[in-house]
Amino acid sequence: MSHKLYLYPKWIRAWHVLNALLFLILIITGISMQYTDKVTNSFIIGFDWAIALHNFAALVITINYMIFVTGNVMTKNGKHYMINWKTIWKDLFVQFKFYAFGMFKGEKHPFPITEESKFNPLQKFAYVGAMYAGFPVLIITGLGLLFPEINIRGLFGVSGLLMTDILHITVGFFLSIFLVIHLYTCTLGSKPTTLFKGMINGYHESDEH
Amino acid sequence: MYFKILRTTIMVLVSFILTSTSFAFKPKKEEWRPADTANFVSKFYKENEGCFKCHGEKYYEYINEAQGTTIRHNMYVERFVDRDLFYKSNHKSFKCTDCHSEEYKKFPHAGELRMESMYGCLDCHGNDDKYAKYHFEEIDAEYQQSTHFKMEKEGFTCWKCHNPHTYQISIRNTENLTKTIAYDNAICLNCHSDFDRYQLLSDKKEINLIKKHEWLPNQAAHFQSVRCIECHSKANDSILVNHLLMPKDSAVRKCNECHSQNSILMASLYKFKSKERRKDGFFNGVILNESYVIGANRNEYLNSFSLLILFGVIGVICVHVFFRIIKVNQKEDES
Repeated sequence: MSHKLYLYPKWIRAWHVLNALLFLILIITGISMQYTDKVTNSFIIGFDWAIALHNFAALVITINYMIFVTGNVMTKNGKHYMINWKTIWKDLFVQFKFYAFGMFKGEKHPFPITEESKFNPLQKFAYVGAMYAGFPVLIITGLGLLFPEINIRGLFGVSGLLMTDILHITVGFFLSIFLVIHLYTCTLGSKPTTLFKGMINGYHESDEH
Repeated sequence: MYFKILRTTIMVLVSFILTSTSFAFKPKKEEWRPADTANFVSKFYKENEGCFKCHGEKYYEYINEAQGTTIRHNMYVERFVDRDLFYKSNHKSFKCTDCHSEEYKKFPHAGELRMESMYGCLDCHGNDDKYAKYHFEEIDAEYQQSTHFKMEKEGFTCWKCHNPHTYQISIRNTENLTKTIAYDNAICLNCHSDFDRYQLLSDKKEINLIKKHEWLPNQAAHFQSVRCIECHSKANDSILVNHLLMPKDSAVRKCNECHSQNSILMASLYKFKSKERRKDGFFNGVILNESYVIGANRNEYLNSFSLLILFGVIGVICVHVFFRIIKVNQKEDES
């Protein structure tokens, strides 16, 4: 028998949908800029369109990110991103072992989802890394690329703009990898579509108590 | 107490800065000496001073013997030649009368001297083995196809861009590409941002480069990082600087012409160093010595590494899916 928990209030769902759409746009336009081709004239959507759309999506996602951070400070949602550094490495290992072996042996989730703890340790670690480390770096380096004149001219003989861009595309790439893994792990509910539905209606559905 | 010490320190520092700055900006001594121009002393400088004493000054004087008065006039800006720039230019070793009539030594100059024909670049540089590596004949052929050549009847010549009194070869010997870009762009802006000069050759009612280039993202960064000719000329493999200036409708407007692996910048701005094809795995790595161009400076090692990670992750997911399917089938068999 399944049971439901209301874990995702409307503002989180709205933020999440907008964040997902904008991040997809940023990935597509980012790849278009990086791999544009002179001969075929474009890669995916072409450089000029990619620039305009990337700048616009980046501006909106930055505002959306501020809403996310403010929401986490103002509401109880922020507590789900608090990492217990004393137990995190052990917890990560336990959760990883469950995904790698336990779930195939029919073991129960080592960290069941509750109203007090809606993320397992692996989720928590990845989300904190993505939202509180990766995102700020992306935003700051993105501003550096939007306004090239604010970058440092160079450091140890390497162009400041080059360093900013390499950092931007590297963090952007790892967040894109995060997105691929995130989308896959979202199929690990009681049915492959269960967790996606939860992000639409707000209810986390589980077969376990 | 501390506030007083702080205030006094600041006042001393400010007055020191003001004093040293005003000292630094003190005008140089009026009289020009050959040693003022870095490491070059023309053997004709005394002879040239005969011309420079008027043409090298903002004003000149002569005595009206009939009236017994000294007359002072401003030197017409088009006839003014900056000594310092001349003695740094490619033609610094010349004496004025190598190119101009000896008759100019007389003052007042005879009226008909205004009609003297001026030398063109090829008069000295053409068909000469000494200058063969510069391909002057090919440069001339390019120029004759360029949009500037269409105005030759109206008075357009090589000198409009390459002032014989001040021109220096820049890109071939550059150690600071940013300065070279500014120098080369100033040649274009000399007419294209100065309406008084521009209307000598064109009937257009306005020139507004900023407005015309509004479509260009990060306009200022582009103007500082590339020369006008990167977009407004056609590249030629055998000459270093493109001379086939194209009409504005044919100018490069597609970003990916530069922002791509096959960037046209390698055939123009960075041609002089293009033998250095790669730098630490970066495509068009030579650009990184001076700048960074999105799309043109992708790194082959990072490309391969990122693809490896992406396919690695997809591979792990596929294995995981495979075992999930087995698990589901087992469950179904059991039930």
